[in-house]
Amino acid sequence: MPLYLIAALPFLGALLPGLMIRAGRNSCAWATGSATLLALIGLLTHAPAVFRGEVIQSRIEWLPMLGLNANFFLDGLGLLFAGLILGIGLLIILYARFYLSREDPMGQFYTYLLLFQGAMVGIVLSDNILLLLIFWELTSLSSFLLIGYWKHLPEGRQGARMALAVTGMGGLAMIAGMLILGNIAGSYDLTVILENREAIQGSDLYLPALVLILLGAFTKSAQFPFHFWLPHAMAAPTPVSAYLHSATMVKAGLFLMARLWPVLSGTEAWFYLVATTGLVTMVIGAVIALFKDDLKGLLAFSTVSHLGLITMLLGFGTEAAAAVAVFHIINHASFKAALFMTAGIVDHEAHTRDIKRLGGLRHLMPITFAIAAVTALSMAGIPPLNGFISKEMMLKETTYAVWAGNAWLMPALATLGALFSVAYSFRYIWHVFMGPARGDYPANPHDPGFGMWAGPALLAGLVIGIGLAPFVVEPFVNLVATAVTGQDPDVHLKLWHGINAALYMSVAAIVGGAVLLASHRGLESVWKRAGPPAAKAIFDAIIDALVRLSRAITETLHDGALTRYAAIFTVAVAAAGLHAYAGGVAGAPTRDMTPITGLPFIGWVLLVVATGCVVAFHHHRLLTLVLMAIIGLVVAVGFNYLSAPDLALTQLSVEVVSIILLLLALNFLPEFTPRESTAGRKLRDGVIAAVAGLAVTGLAYGMMVRDFAFPSISDFHLANSYKGGGGTNVVNVILVDFRGFDTFGEIIVLGIAAIVIYAVTESLLRGPVRQKLLERQPNHALAGDAHPLMMVIATRVMMPIALMVGVYIFLRGHNEPGGGFIAGLVVAIALVMQYMASGFDWAAERQRVPYHATIAAGVLAAAFTGIGAWFNGLPFLTSDFGYVRIPPMNEFELATAMAFDLGVFLAVVGAVMLTLESLSRISRRAGYEVSEYPMDINPAREDGTPQGEGR
Amino acid sequence: MELLVASAIGLLTAAGVYLVLRQRTFPVIIGVSLLTYAVNVFLFTTGRLAINLPPVLQDKSGAGTYTDPLPQALVLTAIVISFGMTAVVVMIALSAYLSSDSDRIDTDARGEEDGA
Repeated sequence: MPLYLIAALPFLGALLPGLMIRAGRNSCAWATGSATLLALIGLLTHAPAVFRGEVIQSRIEWLPMLGLNANFFLDGLGLLFAGLILGIGLLIILYARFYLSREDPMGQFYTYLLLFQGAMVGIVLSDNILLLLIFWELTSLSSFLLIGYWKHLPEGRQGARMALAVTGMGGLAMIAGMLILGNIAGSYDLTVILENREAIQGSDLYLPALVLILLGAFTKSAQFPFHFWLPHAMAAPTPVSAYLHSATMVKAGLFLMARLWPVLSGTEAWFYLVATTGLVTMVIGAVIALFKDDLKGLLAFSTVSHLGLITMLLGFGTEAAAAVAVFHIINHASFKAALFMTAGIVDHEAHTRDIKRLGGLRHLMPITFAIAAVTALSMAGIPPLNGFISKEMMLKETTYAVWAGNAWLMPALATLGALFSVAYSFRYIWHVFMGPARGDYPANPHDPGFGMWAGPALLAGLVIGIGLAPFVVEPFVNLVATAVTGQDPDVHLKLWHGINAALYMSVAAIVGGAVLLASHRGLESVWKRAGPPAAKAIFDAIIDALVRLSRAITETLHDGALTRYAAIFTVAVAAAGLHAYAGGVAGAPTRDMTPITGLPFIGWVLLVVATGCVVAFHHHRLLTLVLMAIIGLVVAVGFNYLSAPDLALTQLSVEVVSIILLLLALNFLPEFTPRESTAGRKLRDGVIAAVAGLAVTGLAYGMMVRDFAFPSISDFHLANSYKGGGGTNVVNVILVDFRGFDTFGEIIVLGIAAIVIYAVTESLLRGPVRQKLLERQPNHALAGDAHPLMMVIATRVMMPIALMVGVYIFLRGHNEPGGGFIAGLVVAIALVMQYMASGFDWAAERQRVPYHATIAAGVLAAAFTGIGAWFNGLPFLTSDFGYVRIPPMNEFELATAMAFDLGVFLAVVGAVMLTLESLSRISRRAGYEVSEYPMDINPAREDGTPQGEGR
Repeated sequence: MELLVASAIGLLTAAGVYLVLRQRTFPVIIGVSLLTYAVNVFLFTTGRLAINLPPVLQDKSGAGTYTDPLPQALVLTAIVISFGMTAVVVMIALSAYLSSDSDRIDTDARGEEDGA
């Protein structure tokens, strides 16, 4: 089975539980388990090859431009972790089937679990660090879902949030670290990075990369001072705690340190950062664990402690210590997952996890007691169990470690940690299972069914088996250690190492631990009085402070005043521009100024005066519109003067519809803007505006007097306009051919804008505003003759001419200035004139095709023109053209681009008309009868009475 | 010429920004329209100024001196699209005014109308 399939199987399997839950809880568990089992079998088929020392690879290019590829590889380390994840995953699925109650949505649980499983398998099999980062973040997200699975519990939600905040923050740091690492190595492939030890450790960026990556690893593996999230994550259902928080997710950080061990370890920085953190975590975790009354809390802190132990071993940087770390990972996974499951069983059966309320359970739950005793003794490091062997080897390694010249510090502290570890392990057995049976359990505890204890029993068997016959796993440990360190450490695992320093330390720890437990009551009262503050309080205080800070910033900058955002935005852009200007090099001007002649100067003066007047008289809204029309006209004429007739035509026609639009709007808005700005505010805004204006002037001028910094692609368009597009109007050919896809998108946007306006109008006219509109009194008395004869006649006469002009502009567009956009605007104006002359209702009654349909027809026409290219095996929107001759006309050109331009034309007509029509609909009022005549007063009509009464 | 065009763009920008900073919807819409002019002309000038140059091919191979067609094509659609966007903003402003009887654009931090 290819590796990517192994990583993908849990993700694919995640679809199953939701479907299978309808068939019952057993089928759901079976479906989930089969996905995991299949992946596990797939993994194990590779095991023989891995044992032969081969590295299995599977490569898929995903985003090669970014260096992000779905590359996977499998060596000893990957095999160990993937095996742990899938194997323990299988046991957890079985256990969870019986653990979850009827009320818990099991389909969701299994889906989350499989998502998490897939992400974990992805991490350990990735051969690309970017891919690894993606899976890494996925584990944070899926564990968030799992921890918060019991949504009704506030502790669950808070724990999930805390875990996500801490591990997510670490993940962010790690992204940065990994990018640095990839940059130094020149590749994001792990296999390449692992070969570049000298380059990486010699780089100036080694230390930042190391710190950032370790932040990610430490937060994930709950190392001090980030250890506090793990106990709070225990609000999760026990299967989650057993799976994520003992066997797999928290080991992701260890995995990463082991994976990158060859390139990162061996330096002083590595030793002091990693070994010290590990040691401190180990001791602190063990001490706190002893004073936890919650079974899962005790196990959580013991996990923290053991993770610290493994971290410390990796931090030593020697091959032998790394091999011990690998061995302890295996042992810890076996006993800790089983311990969590026994804690879950106790909770499930006795309905409490509080050690103070338990005791004497060995009589009532003998099987659970046996499993718990074996695994807890292993955790304490009692022979002949597997925990003893790795703990002894760990103690032995500490005797080689010299911390800042101190040879005894590490072994002494490690022994202290081991001592507390013995104490809490014993406590787990003693205070829960030993002593007399009590009569006040919240429930009636007894051993659960086989399904629930099968998993932990199997693990307990492993604990004993590895302890008695460690040589069985020896080749595997050597294989994994080789994968971690790059050379065979050749460790020999045996139960009896002879009488050496480590044995003395072990004995001291066991005896000391027993004494500690005996004096637990006294110590506990001391701890309660003088113990360190709860980490949660500190975390909450930090979060609260951050929330207050960000709220203060947000509410200052974003206080709901849009003008404030606009001012901040303008100032920020100007500042960024100034910064760029101060830092960049523009070079000397390379173009001569074109001379200023009289006509443009007059236009400029017009523009300046009109703009100044707009600002000065903007309170008078109608006057502002008149002035705006002047500005628009000058801009249009300017385009024409500067050799852009297409733009001039467009600007001119858009100007007409814009002014109509604003006039329609002004019909309902107040006529005057109140004078309410203070002088100070005017000054402030004036300064901001002046800065913006000066900056833009400088930018525009600076650009215009220099040549292109890079060769322009315009020459390509000029050279190929006729050859490839069949038209001599290059602007139009660009629109309908070269950049046809852009234009296609633009007409869609235009159509959407029109439909949005239509929708807003509809909701406005159906809501409470309708009544208000009906009762509205116009600002001014309406003209007596709303539809004057002269205007009606004139627009009727102009209509065919205007349409003709539109068609002409459309047809010549490919070769002369014109085209679909301009033609569409011209035709829209011709239609609007009819509305203006005879009124909205009269015109609307005579309109056959709704404008929505026109927009749709336009977009579809453009789309079908584009799709047509597919039938010739060409990409979307490839154009074609040819010449035809229909007698008696001259030969003329026919291009597919013209059909596309027709689409543009229709879309523009539809969009403009729908917009204006929507706005005019607001002015319809009740009691208004639609005139059957186009004009109010017609001297030729017999009756001669004005129509439209009740206005 | 360059100086005239550049200063016109700057003036339109300054006036646009000033009006955008007003507190009623209508001046803001006018301000945005002025900014639209400024941006369109600015984009157009990225092709540099050309006076009396042919915009349409005189020779079918494209040889010879022409104005830069690319910014023109971009600006052409920009003009039409900006009409659509102005229309949307006008409609929103209008419906806000009709529903709330106020055309102020600033709300306070609680998202309520400030004053009115």
